[in-house]
Amino acid sequence: MKILVAVKRVIDYNVQIRVKEDGSGVHTDNVKMSTNPPDDNAVEESVKLKESGKVKEVVAISIGEDKAQETIRKALAVGADKGIHVKADNYIEPLGIAKILKKIVEKEKPDMVFLGKQAIDDDCNQTGQMLAAMLNWPQATFTSKVNLKEKSVEIVREIDEGLETIEVNLPAVVSCDLRLNEPRFASLPNIMKAKKKPMEQINAKDLGVDLTNRIQQIKVEEPPKRKAGIKVANVAELVSKLKNEAKVL
Amino acid sequence: MSVLLIAEHDNSKLKPFTLNAITAASKIDSDVHVLVAGANCENVTKEVASVPLVKKVLWCDSPNYQNYLPENLAPLVTKTAEKYDHIVASANTFGKNFMPRVAAALDISQVSDIIKVSSPDTFIRPIYAGNAFATVKSNDKKKCVTIRPTSFDPAEKNGGSAQVEKIEAVDVPNSSKFIKREETKSERPELGTARIVVSGGRGLESGENFKLITDIADKLNAAVGASRAAVDAGYISNDHQVGQTGKVVVPDLYIAVGISGAIQHLAGMKESKIIVAINKDGEAPIFSVADYGLEADLFKALPEFLAELNKLNTIQK
Repeated sequence: MKILVAVKRVIDYNVQIRVKEDGSGVHTDNVKMSTNPPDDNAVEESVKLKESGKVKEVVAISIGEDKAQETIRKALAVGADKGIHVKADNYIEPLGIAKILKKIVEKEKPDMVFLGKQAIDDDCNQTGQMLAAMLNWPQATFTSKVNLKEKSVEIVREIDEGLETIEVNLPAVVSCDLRLNEPRFASLPNIMKAKKKPMEQINAKDLGVDLTNRIQQIKVEEPPKRKAGIKVANVAELVSKLKNEAKVL
Repeated sequence: MSVLLIAEHDNSKLKPFTLNAITAASKIDSDVHVLVAGANCENVTKEVASVPLVKKVLWCDSPNYQNYLPENLAPLVTKTAEKYDHIVASANTFGKNFMPRVAAALDISQVSDIIKVSSPDTFIRPIYAGNAFATVKSNDKKKCVTIRPTSFDPAEKNGGSAQVEKIEAVDVPNSSKFIKREETKSERPELGTARIVVSGGRGLESGENFKLITDIADKLNAAVGASRAAVDAGYISNDHQVGQTGKVVVPDLYIAVGISGAIQHLAGMKESKIIVAINKDGEAPIFSVADYGLEADLFKALPEFLAELNKLNTIQK
């Protein structure tokens, strides 16, 4: 079996976002970037399945500017076999990303596509589901447990009410939740070795898909700030404030 | 210019967030039609038809829609969408699961998780875990939109009498199978709609110690929340998680105990009306959003808090 795992380079989850004064977006210059956190879980699960012997090959793909290759190298350093960098310098909406991934799936013919459930920058939560629909494949979103069988995969999903177990036929798209596994760190020797692993480069424009963005970003602004609160000295004061000042008890 | 809203339900009852989504849909266009797809879900259609903001109910009954498998539900929504300009659903694990499939099938770029309708094509949505608000305009002819339920008030439930029209089921691909759902049963209010939420974090140190949280919650008739750290550590189940990738809550009172206040947690609770933080680390970021901060050891503060609450006689049930 073969897995295609999609990874996205995003502003690191620890960075405090700063909105640009002109309302055109957020500051990204000199800001720490890293792999979208649930994409790390997707890579980890793919590599674990390879280590279990059920999967033969793991191909990591990222779409974006040249620096997206760093994100692919990281996946290669923890065990992916090959990288594909689809070069695109402009922002592409999840719909366009899904169209690119579909093209790559048609070429690579994986049995499963793994990816994070959501990117922490645009918070869209769409790409995996869109890709599955375009391929007419089943999907498993918010995956927290994977049990790969011969022709299907049994998945435990995290839903609002608790947990749900489903079984989807292969090929399938699996979007990963943060509790699926504990992503490993790449060792230095493996980081060095990853530099020698193959990385294919494709220009997004050459794939023949419509990448026109349909959503116009009119402005980006800071959310309204909460006014500063106070510290209370003890529990009695807290309860008294909640009852008499905030009137919520 | 009608709006098609997809109802969330368990085949016998409407899920409350659908009412919030109805309010949002009515701000896009007043001609709100609601699709109720399920198995033996006639009661749900009656419930929806009595919502005054709803103009028409489309009812599709088939065992294929019992567990809202997205592979089955999306083709029905896609077909039904032919006559509509907007297709909307809640941005919870229900709507997030199937709506992008509908959008992809219709070649539409979906607008996710809106918190405000500025006009029928322009919406405000949080990005970067709510650290920025983006105003976006959809240039697609039809629009697929998911709605953050807690940003809209629930619609009035009674007094309407919308017409219910039965529609035909469509073919399903038989590519997925529902096995089971493990729901956490609780007597407490639902996290998403509770008036008061008491949340615990890693500071609780164990699952057993969450009893300190649940005791307070029971006293206040509150829902129980948790930080991702507490869920990851196995102190409490995933359906309690509040944050960027968990639930977004907007209660009148949010009490964060032993939660440091990572950006991702704040994304799920910082719109709450009153926020209380109890943490022994006076520098914890949670204090920056708290109306009332108490720098204290939670193992001492929570029993005291409960004792003080027991002295009050004004707690609303």
